[in-house]
Amino acid sequence: MDTTLTSDVSMKPPSDIMNDPLIEPMSSQTENKPASEPSDDFFDLTNNVSVVAAAATKSDDFVDILGSETGAQRGEVVKADVTVEATIDKSEVTAGITDPLSQQEAKQTSTAPVIDLSGDSQPVTSKIANPLVDLFSDAPPAAEAKKPSSANVDLFDDEEGSDIFAEPLQTKPAKQLQKSLFVTAGGPLQDSKPANIFSQAAASTPSVTSTVNSKSNGVHSEEEGDIFAEATVELSLDSPRNERKKEAIAKPSAPTPTSLPAAASLTKPQPPLEEEEEEEEEDKFDIFVSVKDPEKIGDGMNAYMAYKVSTQTTLPMFRNKTFTVRRRFSDFLGLYEKLSEKHGPNGFIVPPPPEKSLLGMTKVKVGKEDSSSTDFVERRRGALERYLQRVVNHPSLLQDPDVREFLEREELPRAVSTQALSGAGFLKMINKATDAVSKMTIKMNESDVWFEEKLQEVESADQQFRKLHALVESLVVHRKELSLNTASFAKSAAMLGSAEDNTALSRALSQLAEVEDKMEQLHQEQAANDTFTFAEMIADYIRLLGAVRGSFDHRMKAWQRWQDAQSMLQKKRETEAKLLWANKPDKLQLAKEEIAEWEAKVTQYERDFERVSATVRKEVIRFEREKTKNCKRQIIKYLECLLQSQQQLIKYWEAFLPEAKAIA
Amino acid sequence: MSIIKPSFKNTGFNKLCLSYCQLRSVSVDLNHDASLLIDIPDALCERDKVKFTVHTKTTLSSFQKPDFSVPRQHEDFIWLHDTLVETEDYAGLIIPPAPPKPDFDSPREKMHKLGEGEATMTKEEYTKMKQELEAEYLAVFKKTVQVHEIFLQRLSSHPVLSKDRNFQIFLEYDQDLSVRRKNAKEMFGGFFKNMVKSADEVLISGVKEVDDFFEQEKTFLLDYYSKIKDSTAKAEKMTRAHKNIADDYIHISATLNSLAADDMTANKKNLEKLSDLFEKFRKVEGRVASDQDLKLTELLRYYMRDIQAAKDLLYRRARALADYENSNKALDKARLKSKDIPQAEEHQRQCLQKFDKLSESGKKELTSFKGRRVVAFRKNFIEMAELEIKHAKNSVTLLQGCIELLKSN
Repeated sequence: MDTTLTSDVSMKPPSDIMNDPLIEPMSSQTENKPASEPSDDFFDLTNNVSVVAAAATKSDDFVDILGSETGAQRGEVVKADVTVEATIDKSEVTAGITDPLSQQEAKQTSTAPVIDLSGDSQPVTSKIANPLVDLFSDAPPAAEAKKPSSANVDLFDDEEGSDIFAEPLQTKPAKQLQKSLFVTAGGPLQDSKPANIFSQAAASTPSVTSTVNSKSNGVHSEEEGDIFAEATVELSLDSPRNERKKEAIAKPSAPTPTSLPAAASLTKPQPPLEEEEEEEEEDKFDIFVSVKDPEKIGDGMNAYMAYKVSTQTTLPMFRNKTFTVRRRFSDFLGLYEKLSEKHGPNGFIVPPPPEKSLLGMTKVKVGKEDSSSTDFVERRRGALERYLQRVVNHPSLLQDPDVREFLEREELPRAVSTQALSGAGFLKMINKATDAVSKMTIKMNESDVWFEEKLQEVESADQQFRKLHALVESLVVHRKELSLNTASFAKSAAMLGSAEDNTALSRALSQLAEVEDKMEQLHQEQAANDTFTFAEMIADYIRLLGAVRGSFDHRMKAWQRWQDAQSMLQKKRETEAKLLWANKPDKLQLAKEEIAEWEAKVTQYERDFERVSATVRKEVIRFEREKTKNCKRQIIKYLECLLQSQQQLIKYWEAFLPEAKAIA
Repeated sequence: MSIIKPSFKNTGFNKLCLSYCQLRSVSVDLNHDASLLIDIPDALCERDKVKFTVHTKTTLSSFQKPDFSVPRQHEDFIWLHDTLVETEDYAGLIIPPAPPKPDFDSPREKMHKLGEGEATMTKEEYTKMKQELEAEYLAVFKKTVQVHEIFLQRLSSHPVLSKDRNFQIFLEYDQDLSVRRKNAKEMFGGFFKNMVKSADEVLISGVKEVDDFFEQEKTFLLDYYSKIKDSTAKAEKMTRAHKNIADDYIHISATLNSLAADDMTANKKNLEKLSDLFEKFRKVEGRVASDQDLKLTELLRYYMRDIQAAKDLLYRRARALADYENSNKALDKARLKSKDIPQAEEHQRQCLQKFDKLSESGKKELTSFKGRRVVAFRKNFIEMAELEIKHAKNSVTLLQGCIELLKSN
């Protein structure tokens, strides 16, 4: 066991060590070192076995502290311990301190300046770091480590302080912590070192978990204080580390009081957002797009439908006030592809066009002039029109050059990727499949209640809308049936009228036939009204709800990217720690650069996530407002249609009434 | 006017009481002769059996009491009808068509389906569907009672048939008539008789008609029968389609309602209102459907059967004519052979007499039938048009109210 530990320091497969030491070292420790006092253990740092044992016991402690943590995290902790242990080993070697006593002395000397510093310090971070450099000028890795880490601190400062915490708030806990540290640090100096190393590993663990589970972090961060306290005493060796640690402490400890604000930070921007929305509502978009004159171009299976897209606008961004272009269906899809690629990941709800329908289109292509194919074309035309109108009504999408090009440019490059059977289509299918899989695997710990609720709302609304759509479709079917049956009854009544030998009754019967004929017309119109005004509105919302869900997915993806970056950063830091202990300056340099790079990425991704979240929220609010407006308009339109048909009906029957009375 | 107090004893419609029901779906031209008034104020439905209470009020001396009620079942009505048809003396009359067997299969089946689909519906939706079905069941029940009542009223208002002994027994005998149901042999016999009749109709169609009136009536009734049969089927389909729409409204209303319940935005109100409207709408639509059924489909259905009865009269007359022709031939033959001449003469005379009698009463019957039909159509058409207008006006008010509400928000 010793050999494995010492031989391969930097990249030890942790599993090996983890498996053995946890069981064995305990016994070996008791054999070799009857004095099981922790301080004694840690004196003999060169003894690998004892260190392992200590690490093991410590890890147990830690596990206790982290009582609420999950198994996986525990595993991580243990793993960290093991690597730490390795680094201890190395550092001992590099420092050339074989005598534990001298080490202790060194430590004691190192503590003094720190205490002084903490006494006067406001800018704790940098000042602590400085004396360390002085002290350990002979230890180049530490000096070098300091720089990036202080930069790191700045970054963190930036992040945390800017939105949630006031500047002083942030430094204070750190300072207080340090003070308390030094009080306790005096006594158990001896064991401070392993503790430090250990805590160093531990500190990084919470940094991961803190974002995930701020509450449990808040709880154990207090207890960890002790460990960290000891750690600060150990500043001598790795103050930059410590800084980060403090960050780690500050972070989890900050969320404890601010775990609410953390959530609130997302809810807080809401009021201003809504205000913004209302402002937007005021400035109406003076642009109207209509899709007209569907026309079949070509023959056979290569035939396609072309539509006239007319735009009417007073917006200065367009060259003319009115212009018309011809677009085919795949152009509409192409526009959507472009828009969703560009704006989807940013959390925008890109209005979706009607789906491709192989069956419907084939019917049209085959050229049967039956009612179902004209119905299909009309439905699609309406859907396309509403789709475009939604796009141009969107303040951000309207600005997109592709939209303008779509509306204005005479000839559009053919959109190829929209074909269902093309290679691109196939790729898209695969992408969709992988997306679906990754969606299932991503387990987002939703920190924001608003999003959670909205997602649920959207999902249940989607379900209900689907059900409603099916019902309205069946209503349409029944209405058409009624219209058909009325027509055949009208015919039959006319025949009966012709057979009737009483003139007045015969007349009345043929009048009735006429009334029923008109009824048939009414029912037919009503069926069309059901379809185009009601069913299509619902279909639109099913599509739009899909888009809303898409924007939620994009937000989740952004979150996932952020998390990935964070765990990557974590890994890099571990590597750095190993290198630090292994004293490999050349590699360390690289590692530090990498850390810096990933830190930047983490920040970037986190901001991305925040931004996407904000956009999604804004978009959803916009969507809901539009929905309400639109729904109302559409419902009124539908009802007015119904009203008209009922009024017609009254007229017809009133005209019939005298005929019936005339029967003698 | 109708006052109906249905009470569902079980959730299924095993039992149903109906008291005082006098809404007449089919008006027949009845002589409002106060000497014999019949109605069915009460009926009880148990499983497939419907027990009618037949109430009679009379001033005729042939009855023992002026006012009495007896319990009767559907089978008793059929028995009465069959005895009338078989009575030779009434061959020249249009025997009022027998009431159709109560048919609760359609609502029962629907009820069954509803029970199966219960899981897919919200509780509210289910309750509404059930209510709707119960209403439908009630409507069927009502129609059944009416059609039985009308059968008796037709008989009571007929100058000849109202004096019929069997009819009077039917009305007066206060015990169960306990007519047995037709057994299989009789059922088959009836079927066979029908076959023979149709074959006979074809055979005697070759006999030359001597009277223009009957010639015309025959062509008219045949033509009219096929037309009205067609119209009845179409009207039935139309009514059913109306019913389906009313049912759709229930589901749509329920779904809109649950959609509104989940919606936290301002859209909630819109959806709620729409749901509300559909709920009211379905009631109107349901009423349109049932009124159409009552005023149009029932009318056509009834006259389809009535015309069948008229056709039967024509057949009996044609049969008599054929018999007369045959007796003429037999007389010629007998004269040729100089054998049994007086018997043949007697037979020929009888046939002629019968035929003449049939023709005479048939002519009267058919003429009155025509008048009756016209009056019935007129009445029903007027009522239907008025109801349609009423319902449509209702819808208009509902729609206008809803639109205003939405707009004002």
